[in-house]
Amino acid sequence: MNEVLSFNKEVANLLHAAEGSPTSACIQCGTCSGTCPVADYMDHTPRQLMAMINANMKEDVLASNTYWFCASCYHCMVRCPAEINITEVMYALKRYSIWQKKYREDLIGPVFSETFVKMIFNGGRSFEPVLAPTYIFGYGLSGFLQEVQTATGLMIKGRLPLLPARIKRLDNFKRMIGRIIPIGGLS
Amino acid sequence: MKEFAYFPGCSLEKLATSYNLSALESTRKLGVNLKELEDWNCCGSTTYFHVDELLAYTLCARNLAQAEKMGLDLVTPCSACYKNTYFAAASFKRDPDLAEHVNFALEEDNLHFSGNTAVKHLIEVYVKDVGLEEIKSKVTKPLEGLHVAPYYGCQIMRPRKDHEDVEQPRFFEDLLAAIGATPVDYPLKMRCCGGSLLITSRKAAFSMVHDLLQCALDSGATLIATACPMCQVNLECYQQQVNQEFGTNFSMPILYFTQLVGLALGIPAKKLGIGKELVSLEPELLRVTKRQPAVER
Repeated sequence: MNEVLSFNKEVANLLHAAEGSPTSACIQCGTCSGTCPVADYMDHTPRQLMAMINANMKEDVLASNTYWFCASCYHCMVRCPAEINITEVMYALKRYSIWQKKYREDLIGPVFSETFVKMIFNGGRSFEPVLAPTYIFGYGLSGFLQEVQTATGLMIKGRLPLLPARIKRLDNFKRMIGRIIPIGGLS
Repeated sequence: MKEFAYFPGCSLEKLATSYNLSALESTRKLGVNLKELEDWNCCGSTTYFHVDELLAYTLCARNLAQAEKMGLDLVTPCSACYKNTYFAAASFKRDPDLAEHVNFALEEDNLHFSGNTAVKHLIEVYVKDVGLEEIKSKVTKPLEGLHVAPYYGCQIMRPRKDHEDVEQPRFFEDLLAAIGATPVDYPLKMRCCGGSLLITSRKAAFSMVHDLLQCALDSGATLIATACPMCQVNLECYQQQVNQEFGTNFSMPILYFTQLVGLALGIPAKKLGIGKELVSLEPELLRVTKRQPAVER
C-alpha cells in the first residue's frame, strides 16, 4: 500500500480536474516550444519539460525555471496536436512546487504569488503597493530606479492607488475563504 | 435598454482608470447599461491559480453569484477577469462536486451560484450584442486616417471555448473599421504581452513587449488598441524601460478600444480618460480630430 507514485503519475493526478490528454500523449513535435514567446528564457523548452516529466526526472523538472516562466498565454495549448493542456501542466507544477517548497531559489514568482494571495485574503481586492517589496529589491539599482520613475509617472497621472481597496462584506468574505482553506493555512 | 452586471476588476480602479471611464461612457452611448456588481472581489488573477485552484474558483464564484442575484449576465472589460470567470462558470457546470463545495463556502456570504449567468468580455458586447452596423450608425466623428494595430492579446481568445478561430480572428479589425479607423495587418496580434512576467521575469517580458512594439511600428500603426488593462500597462508603462534596455526609441500610444469608440461617438476626450497616458497621443489625436467640429460639452 505504500507504493511510491512515479512523478508522471503524480502530475497526472494534479491534472485530474483538467480536460485534455495526459502528458504521456506528448509526441515531442515541438509545436509548443516553437509557439512559446518565453522559450528563449527558459532553462528547458516546454517540449523538453514534457519529456522530462514523462521520464520521471522529478528533481530536474522542479529545479527548472520553465514552469515559473510560463506567462499563462495558452498559445501552446490551443496548438498542441496531442491536445495536452500544457498551460494547466505549468500551473499544476507551480502549485506542486509551492506545496513542496521546491523551486529554484532565485525566482520571484513563488513569493509574489503567495503575497498576492494573502493580500486578497486581507482586503478582497488588489492593492499594488503591497506587492512591490516582493520584487523591487531584486532588480538591482538601475532596475529599482527605473521602477521608481515609472511609478512616479503613474502617480502624477493619478493611476496609482494610495489607499488599499477593500470589499464591503470583508468578514463574510474571510469566513467564505475559511471554508476552503482553514484560517492559518496561508501563513 | 440592454443591461449587464458589470465586473470592472481591480486594475480598473486606478491603474486602468481610463478604461473604466471610457467603458462606462461609450457603452452607455451605445444604449447598453453597465450595472456594477455591488461588492465584487478580485478574480484571482493568475496568482491564485498558482497557489490553490479551489480558492481561485471560489473567488470567481462569488462574483458570478452576485450577477446571478441581479438576474443579469456578467460582463467584464479585463481579459484576465474574463478568462477566470468564464472558465470557472464552465467548470461548475461540468463538475457538480466542485459546484457544491464552492456553494458551501458561498453560504457564508449568503450567496449561491446555480450556473444561470453567462460571462462575456466587453468587446464581445460591442461586436455581438450591439453589433457593428449599429455602432457604425452612431459614429459622428469617424477616426479617418488613423492606423491602428488591433492587439487581441491572449485571454480573450484563449483557451479555446468552442470551435471559434483562435489563430486569425477578425472582429477587432472589423470594429476599428466600423468607427472609421484603418486597422493594420498586425502579425503579432495574438501574442502574449508578458502578463505578470513584467514583475517576475523582467528580461523575458521586456523582450516580449519590445517585439510587440516593433511589430506594430513595422506594420505602419501609429497606435495600438487593446482590450485588456494588463496589455495596456505592459505595453505603455514599460515602454521607457524597454527603450533603455534595447536602445530603441518607441513612443507608441496604447489606447483602449472603448476610448477609440468613444471618440468616434463624439464623446469628449477627457470623459474617456484621455490625458492619463504616459505615452502621449496628443499629436496623433490632433491630426485626426482637427478636421472635425469642436468637441461638444
